[in-house]
Amino acid sequence: MTNPRKLLGHIYMGTFLLYLIIPLVIMAGAAFNDSKLPSVVPWKGTTGRWFVDLWNDSAIWFAFRNTLLVAAAVAIIAVIIGTASAILINSISGRVRSVLYGVMVAPILAPGAVIGISTLLMWDKIGVGSGLHLSVLGQVSYIAAFVMLLVLARLQSFDQGLEEAALDLGASHAQVMRRILLPHLYPAIGAGAAIAFFQSIENFNVTLFTRGTSNTLTVYVFSKVRSGITPTINALAFLLIVATLVLALVYETNRRRKAKLEAAREAEGRRASELEE
Amino acid sequence: MQDLLRRYGAALTAAFILLTGFWLLVLVILPNITLFEASFRPYLPVVDVGGPRDTYSLNNYAKILDNSVDGSILGIPVHMPVHILTFLLTITYSALVTILCFCLAYPLAFYLSKVVSPRSLPTLFLMLFVPLWVSEVLRAFAWYIILALKGPLNWFLLTLGLIDAPVRWIAGYDGIIIGLVYTYVLFMVFPIYNAIQSLDTNQIEAADDLGASWWRIHWRIVLPHSKPGIASGAVMVFMLSAGSLLVPSLLGSPNSNWFTQTIQQWMLESQDWNTGSAYAFMLLILCTVFVSLVMRLFRVKLTDIAK
Repeated sequence: MTNPRKLLGHIYMGTFLLYLIIPLVIMAGAAFNDSKLPSVVPWKGTTGRWFVDLWNDSAIWFAFRNTLLVAAAVAIIAVIIGTASAILINSISGRVRSVLYGVMVAPILAPGAVIGISTLLMWDKIGVGSGLHLSVLGQVSYIAAFVMLLVLARLQSFDQGLEEAALDLGASHAQVMRRILLPHLYPAIGAGAAIAFFQSIENFNVTLFTRGTSNTLTVYVFSKVRSGITPTINALAFLLIVATLVLALVYETNRRRKAKLEAAREAEGRRASELEE
Repeated sequence: MQDLLRRYGAALTAAFILLTGFWLLVLVILPNITLFEASFRPYLPVVDVGGPRDTYSLNNYAKILDNSVDGSILGIPVHMPVHILTFLLTITYSALVTILCFCLAYPLAFYLSKVVSPRSLPTLFLMLFVPLWVSEVLRAFAWYIILALKGPLNWFLLTLGLIDAPVRWIAGYDGIIIGLVYTYVLFMVFPIYNAIQSLDTNQIEAADDLGASWWRIHWRIVLPHSKPGIASGAVMVFMLSAGSLLVPSLLGSPNSNWFTQTIQQWMLESQDWNTGSAYAFMLLILCTVFVSLVMRLFRVKLTDIAK
């Protein structure tokens, strides 16, 4: 590849990142504008009052609490179901496996509105009214598939000989599960729990149809933007973006430190082997 | 199955089967059967449910043929029932969003997998992920602010002197398309990146050495190799766009309507759950048809897409 083309690539990458980031900066910036309409133009002076309003908006905090509760419930249930079904599907083969796999993966591709409506209808039929409990069940129906895929991938690198050995040495079935299989799966289970948690926080479609009269943060922000918008939402957005950035920075510094340590260790090893010669 | 019994015993095996059964039967299959069944029943007051008037019919589906209106699809004037028009426009614009996302994502995916030095890759990925972590509703809201008539975009263009009067960006389906592309473009980048990454760079260099032009290299080598990635990206973006309710509601104009909005009106405003199910079922059919079409067209399996 020639150099001008490489330069073009860098420019494209830069432009793309700007395209992704500028809208978020504008939205966060509007949180400090002393104007009743959320915007950065015209700038009517810097203020912190939208943060005070946000702090005093008890409905938002209640919705936030609901979101966290639903996400925690979804993460726990999806991890249990996803792990169990991954272990199950890993032990069968042939036609049954591919049919089962298809049924498990299909909910990922189904529109959220369909999942929400079908969940609402079925539980309503057996006398369970709408509410956040149905949101949890509806979300689990497709989020469990993410966990299943992650755990199934991890199972491919599992050495079943370890289980054989443990059984031969007199371990119980529960011990084999707890001491050998699960520890091997922990990284996938952890990643699955994190994905489930964040997918649930993000969810709008399923929640909208199943929530009844309760609010989650996403639904609340949505209704707030549609009815009278106030810059308190921008204040919330600012805080969420800052939180995301802090998390990202922590992750990045951690990664760099690890990479540096690795490089140092390698250099050390090379020097040692040179000395030996 | 025998294997499972031997390793984990009857109790644990039963637990695995029960949990999987609960998921697939109670959370996936039965709700969909209920949806299907409800879509053929009339919407009745509670006392009439199960009575003589509660019979199966196609009436709910026939409602899509009501109220013919004049409209246009991509500039072609049409006269058809309003809900069918909405349905077709949803498909058309979702396909347009998918194509736009592909055009934006392909160069980026190629850059990430073949041009940039691998050392800066983790940092770049993190920078791409940060906007993805900020919730969907806020990303749509950000564009709601930017595209407003007195918003930053018009201000910027007016200041530069590129336009003389503010442009109404949120008109027709424009706002929806802008919002959907912004929200879902990354779902196209990552699968294509994965696909191109597995391509041996030597193949590109060999073609380059043998004098192939750059577009020929892409057309004959990189594009065919990234087919599975394009398929899974296209499925993701199309499904998310067609199923989106947030973006069309926030960035839609008075004369735009998305099929999910029609479903929402039946469900939450008219409280007619039966017609709502019929419409939801039609959306599900559309998505199924689209996925199988892409799978056939790109010759990929469901396993490749779900990755």
